[in-house]
Amino acid sequence: MHPAPSVILFSTLSGLGFGFLAFLGWGALAPSGWAAFFLWGLGYGLAVAGLMASTFHLGNPKNALKAFTQWRTSWLSREAWASVATLMILAPMALSDWLGLGLPRIIGQVGGALALVTVLTTAMIYTQIKAVPRWHQPLTPVMFLSFAVAGGASLSGQVWAPVALLVVGVVLVALWRVGDQAFAKAGQTLGTATGLDRLGTPTVFEPAHTAQNYLLREMIHVVGRKHAQKLRLIALVLAAGLPALILILPLGWPGIALAGVLHLAGALAARWLFFAEAEPVVGLFYGMRG
Amino acid sequence: MNQPIFQMSPKVSDEIRQTTCYMCACRCGINVHLKDGKVSYIEGNRDHPINKGVLCAKGASGIMQVTAPSRLKAPLRRVGPRGSGAFEEISWEEALSTAVSWMKPLRETAPEKLAFFTGRDQSQSLTGWWAQNFGTPNYAAHGGFCSVNMAAGGIYTIGGAFWEFGQPDWERTKLFVMFGVAEDHDSNPIKIGIGKLKARGARIISVNPIRTGYSAVADDWIGITPGTDGLLILSLIHCLLEAGKVDLEYLAQWTNASLLINEAEGAEKGLFVRNAESQPFVIDKTSGHPAPWDGKGVQPDLGAEWQGNRTVFRHMVEEYLKPDYAPEAVAGRCGVTATRIRQLAAELAEVAFNQAITLDQPWTDFRGNAHANMPGRPVSFHAMRGISAHSNGFQTARALHLLQIILGSLETPGGYRLKPPYPKPIEAHPTPHFVTTPGKPLTGPHLGYVRSPDDLALLADGSPARIDKAFSWENPFSAHGLMHMLIPNAHAGDPYRIDTLFLYMANMSWNSSMNSAAVMEMLTDKGVDGEYVIPRIIYSDAYASEMVAYADLILPDTTYLERHDCISLLDRPISEPDAAGDAIRWPVIEPDRDVRCFQSVLLDLGARLGLPGMVNEDGTAKFKDYADYIVNHQRRPGVGPLMGFRGDGTGEGRGAPNPDQMARYIENGAFYQAHVPEEGSFYKPWNKAYQDWAVKIGLYETPQPYLFNIWSEPMRRFQLAAEGFGPRQPPDHLRARLKQAMHPLPIWYAPFGDEDAAFGYTVHALTQRPMDMYHSWGSQNAWLRQIKGRNSLYLPTKIWQAQGFEDGDWARVSSRAGVIVVPVAHMAALNENTVWTWNAIGKRKGTWGLDAEAPEATTGFLLNHLISELLPDKGVRLSNSDPVTGQAAWFDQRVRVERVSAEDHRRGLSEPTFDKLPDPPRAGGGRGVK
Amino acid sequence: MTALPQATAKKLGLVIDLDTCVGCQACVTACKGWNDQGQGLSDQDAYGANPSGTFLNRVHSYQVAVPDAPAQIVTFPRSCLHCENAPCVTVCPTGASYKRAEDGIVLVNPDSCIGCGLCAWACPYGARELDADQGVMKKCTLCVDRIENEHLPEEDREPACVRTCPTNARHFGDFADPESKVSRLVAERGGYDLMPDMGTKPTNKYLAPRKKGPGEASPLAPLLDIKAKGIAGWLDKMLGKI
Ligand SMILES: Nc1nc2c(c(=O)[nH]1)N[C@H]1C(S)=C(S)[C@@H](COP(=O)(O)OP(=O)(O)OC[C@H]3O[C@@H](n4cnc5c(=O)[nH]c(N)nc54)[C@H](O)[C@@H]3O)O[C@H]1N2
Ligand SMILES: Nc1nc2c(c(=O)[nH]1)N[C@H]1C(S)=C(S)[C@@H](COP(=O)(O)OP(=O)(O)OC[C@H]3O[C@@H](n4cnc5c(=O)[nH]c(N)nc54)[C@H](O)[C@@H]3O)O[C@H]1N2
Ligand code: SF4
Ligand code: SF4
Ligand code: SF4
Ligand code: SF4
Ligand code: SF4
Ligand SMILES: [Mo]
Repeated sequence: MHPAPSVILFSTLSGLGFGFLAFLGWGALAPSGWAAFFLWGLGYGLAVAGLMASTFHLGNPKNALKAFTQWRTSWLSREAWASVATLMILAPMALSDWLGLGLPRIIGQVGGALALVTVLTTAMIYTQIKAVPRWHQPLTPVMFLSFAVAGGASLSGQVWAPVALLVVGVVLVALWRVGDQAFAKAGQTLGTATGLDRLGTPTVFEPAHTAQNYLLREMIHVVGRKHAQKLRLIALVLAAGLPALILILPLGWPGIALAGVLHLAGALAARWLFFAEAEPVVGLFYGMRG
Repeated sequence: MNQPIFQMSPKVSDEIRQTTCYMCACRCGINVHLKDGKVSYIEGNRDHPINKGVLCAKGASGIMQVTAPSRLKAPLRRVGPRGSGAFEEISWEEALSTAVSWMKPLRETAPEKLAFFTGRDQSQSLTGWWAQNFGTPNYAAHGGFCSVNMAAGGIYTIGGAFWEFGQPDWERTKLFVMFGVAEDHDSNPIKIGIGKLKARGARIISVNPIRTGYSAVADDWIGITPGTDGLLILSLIHCLLEAGKVDLEYLAQWTNASLLINEAEGAEKGLFVRNAESQPFVIDKTSGHPAPWDGKGVQPDLGAEWQGNRTVFRHMVEEYLKPDYAPEAVAGRCGVTATRIRQLAAELAEVAFNQAITLDQPWTDFRGNAHANMPGRPVSFHAMRGISAHSNGFQTARALHLLQIILGSLETPGGYRLKPPYPKPIEAHPTPHFVTTPGKPLTGPHLGYVRSPDDLALLADGSPARIDKAFSWENPFSAHGLMHMLIPNAHAGDPYRIDTLFLYMANMSWNSSMNSAAVMEMLTDKGVDGEYVIPRIIYSDAYASEMVAYADLILPDTTYLERHDCISLLDRPISEPDAAGDAIRWPVIEPDRDVRCFQSVLLDLGARLGLPGMVNEDGTAKFKDYADYIVNHQRRPGVGPLMGFRGDGTGEGRGAPNPDQMARYIENGAFYQAHVPEEGSFYKPWNKAYQDWAVKIGLYETPQPYLFNIWSEPMRRFQLAAEGFGPRQPPDHLRARLKQAMHPLPIWYAPFGDEDAAFGYTVHALTQRPMDMYHSWGSQNAWLRQIKGRNSLYLPTKIWQAQGFEDGDWARVSSRAGVIVVPVAHMAALNENTVWTWNAIGKRKGTWGLDAEAPEATTGFLLNHLISELLPDKGVRLSNSDPVTGQAAWFDQRVRVERVSAEDHRRGLSEPTFDKLPDPPRAGGGRGVK
Repeated sequence: MTALPQATAKKLGLVIDLDTCVGCQACVTACKGWNDQGQGLSDQDAYGANPSGTFLNRVHSYQVAVPDAPAQIVTFPRSCLHCENAPCVTVCPTGASYKRAEDGIVLVNPDSCIGCGLCAWACPYGARELDADQGVMKKCTLCVDRIENEHLPEEDREPACVRTCPTNARHFGDFADPESKVSRLVAERGGYDLMPDMGTKPTNKYLAPRKKGPGEASPLAPLLDIKAKGIAGWLDKMLGKI
């Protein structure tokens, strides 16, 4: 899959944002006054920036509101509802924290739960796609959720945040290991794609078209193995290892900020790989996986 | 939520206009939809006899052809050096008067100094007639580099041919065997036919070094070594004869197998034994006495021997039963195992003789014998350039016709059927006309069929009369000329110099020349006097092709939807076996540029030059334009370009010009068909009902029945000359090759290209037509170029593995003539000694309205740079052609292939490269371009 | 309308006969031509160095290594299969993608589409291409604007690709009707699904190339031993027969 910056930004920023908002909602930090303004602002900022980024991926954003209509079947539609609901429900809590209105925490708790549901809906957008075997597995939502939780925990300075970050690392490794086998396990080959396995072993003879098209641009992206290994390491170190280490050190909020930035960078790398390494079965028709 | 309401019945267009497609020589009928006066959609015409509604990829994207930004937009005069591509726009008046000022003095002094050659011309009956009236012997169209071996091989043997002169009996054939066909001129009819066979589950076999397209869907594939089909076919004949699986009745009745061959030493040896009336004759089996070949009730004796002279049949049997033709003897050479050859022979025999069919249709033959029904042998064949584009192609084509003949399948139900105006014996064709008289027309048409050395186009000193040396000892039966030799000969001044080259729709500085890079140099070469060696070049093209830059004067043509055209029985009609057919094009849209229909321009030039037939007595132009000519010209009294709606509108084939004719054609879907009577639908060369019908509609003036020529007397006459008999003698250096090539029975000899193998060029190199591109001009079509915008050289597994090739690799491919460096790809379904690529995908930078960095111009390539137009220099210039017909031997090519590493050669740029040509003034824009 | 209909009255679709398709690409440009005038299918850099464009039908070409026989080439047209269980429909957030209840045709409503591309990701067959100019998803419509179009003569009410296919390798019809031409072809020739394990239940079916190879005629027996009896013996034997 083409690793489009808009989609990578969308899923990482909103994931981190909603993760953080969940912690804010649950009162893990319970800030007040301007501190509350800035912290809630950060949570909202990340979440909204992510959602905004996603619209850059739309070919026809003027219809964007229609995305709310199909919540019964579409995870993307559900994600739209969940994100808006989360942002709306948490708004009074944020105001309350900022202005000291003293609204009941239950609002924040519900909103916080919804924030994680939002992350889950995002994850399900990808997980449900059977045509991308690497995504179509339980570890995908686990990965999204673990990022949200670890990110939120880190930004909200939870003592167990380093553990959560390490869990992210473990989940990533597991995701990659399972993911690397997923295509083969799905059992689709050029032979099944064309049915020519009935005759023998097909390979591509000449291209269906020598010019570019949407499919080649969007779906068929081949990452070099070496390149991927390097990036995986970087992602692990940045998203999990380093921030965990920094958070263990008593550095106060600058430490949290540094860990947050590193984690985000790592998350971006991991997400880049998530897309770049995804191999839709469509690629088979073009003699490519990836 | 409810399902959106969908508009299921949108209005399709304002109007449909029916005309004829042009993106290949197949000439399908099209429905052109117009919206707001613009073309909006093109689909096939269901009522059209050729395509019955279907269209190929090119036809279905015609809208991109008529809107291509590469369309030329006004007449051009060269202002920079030739080849630089610098032009200025001029008016038509200026263009025409310039052309006349160049041509007129030539006509008055030395008409041969104008050479008028047309490429994939669909109006040869007009262009040929124009050249004839100009008086130059130098006229031909593309047939010589295309497939004249098929045409001539067929006409000299069966009075018809493959090409689009006939087709299998698609409804009844049970086994269809194809030799060397990738796409064919009859593109859609063959595809429709293959579809019919597939639907019936009939069997298709393809003999082709490459297994793509038709060969890919064939039920069996024989990956023959190029240039050896003749040998394979003669081996099949050997097997069939050996097993006695031949149709003796057919041979005795309809072929010259029973004629007697003179065996007395001397000038008559090998010619037919003739009676006092100079007629060959047969021995009647019942009486044992000589009897006329066309006598009623005569039973010709195939095995006769009369006064020491034996029949053709006996000569034939003796030749082909020789062990040289045994499958075991030819297998290695053909790259086909002996078992496969025997299997194929057995399949042919099985279907022809054990699965024979009979049509309940009584008929009467030309001898007056009545037949109760029509027996048929449901084996059919088709062949095209795979056998014709070799230096032994003429003989191979003859061999294949012989195979059809001994199976008794030609013109019988289930076999191969000819389309009117064929069948037509050699005797009904003209001989070549070439004698020039300043200021006067030639006495007849240029192109024809030579019967003996007397008919050759030679000057008094024995040198060739034509610039392309057609009808000379070098290639006596060159019925279509040798367009590929035009520029090289004109440049070499061999046989003489010319002044003005007048070319129409042939991309001669690129894909239709051999050795294209050298041809570009010839076109720009200057003599010691500083003048161009070829002083003047006038060219008509519709698009900014590679050739445009090499002309001094450009006459920009309309596109196919903007002009009148005529697809005439006088030329290459759209007949079907059951009907003669012709068609028109008419301007379904008006040109939006200052361009003119070339044929109208030609008539205008003719009138300005005062050419006979083109001016009235008072010197004014006889025809307003091409449309006027199409309707009012008469070739013979009552016979004109179009056969339909003549006279009062009911005349078919014959009748006075009808001013309403064009309108009637338009009304009728732009075509006309005259149907062969049921009784005349098979056995046409001998069928009285067919012959009478052909006379009635004006195909000829008297019935022309004839026998198929297993033994070719015209060929034997040339062999005799080569043996030293007769007053007209070939030059000594050609005697041996004439003796071999002009063998009166079909034989096989190694293609001339094989000689290159001794120099390390061991690999065969071929091209194929892509079904979705037409030569050089598909690339300007934005849809088609997305499908095939670059090409690779396909290598067989043996070469791929031996040199350790990998995906994305490039190779240096060299030949006697040059070197190219190109991308390669692996193909397993390929003869192991053959490499190939798609034809004419490579483009020169700056042409066709494409970006200079377009893939067609960067990685796309031509094989033509490797193909020399001359045979290896043995002290004489001999063209790389079939020695009988002058057919360009494109597929004789031998090469060497070497892998080049990425360090050696930058990927992404094929070699050779050429300077970018500046864009000539052109229409620009283009559909979908913002 | 993202929910899939429970069942459709008709199941319209195509049968593509790989034994007959010669890979001519006619169906590709005929489709482009018809749909370009209907809904617009744009091209980018059409005459440039890196052209690109929207097509609803593509024809691939594969080489198949066959055990104990020479390799084969198979050309393979690919367009939307109008799946019964179309994942492209259920993922669509806007309802732009839908499967028609009356005939099972899967369509995109351009007025609702946001061009998110999710349906294209979900389609295992690459049947959807996002139009770069319009920003909305394009796919084979089964020529829904032809098959009942009152402005077209009866015989033309079939998809443009089917109408143009010179070899008649494409067949259009209703798979819900067991007597239809397409149903019979599938039954006779063993029509199959692409990637059945994807669970999409495609409507379109493919017919595999028939078995290839030399024929079964028994080898020709010589008329007589020519080496021993000579040509004259052959002639006697042969001509004696007439
Ligand atoms: N290597 C290799 N070379 C080959 C062959 C091969 O198999 N292999 N095949 C050979 C054969 S058989 C042939 S026939 C030739 C064909 O080669 P060419 O005869 O050169 O054919 P084209 O490229 O079709 O087009 C010739 C020119 O006609 C122009 N043209 C198109 N439409 C019109 C029109 O309406 N009016 C006018 N005035 N001009 C128009 C085009 O723009 C183009 O410049 O190539 C030969 N060359
Ligand atoms: N789409 C499309 N259609 C066209 C044209 C076009 O450019 N595009 N051009 C038109 C023209 S001008 C022509 S002349 C016709 C030509 O129509 P074809 O004769 O079909 O032309 P080619 O593509 O040259 O195909 C030659 C075939 O012969 C095979 N071959 C080569 N050498 C040998 C051999 O020694 N033995 C055997 N058995 N096979 C061999 C090649 O592999 C190839 O498949 O097509 C016409 N139709
Ligand atoms: S075969 Fe194609 S290009 Fe040729 S005339 Fe027919 S539709 Fe046109
Ligand atoms: S038009 Fe028919 S034969 Fe040609 S590629 Fe399409 S399906 Fe195959
Ligand atoms: S082929 Fe693809 S686009 Fe068509 S219905 Fe099936 S999943 Fe959807
Ligand atoms: S691209 Fe359009 S049709 Fe496809 S899922 Fe998105 S909104 Fe639906
Ligand atoms: S049915 Fe119509 S839209 Fe679908 S591939 Fe065929 S022509 Fe294109
Ligand atoms: Mo040709």
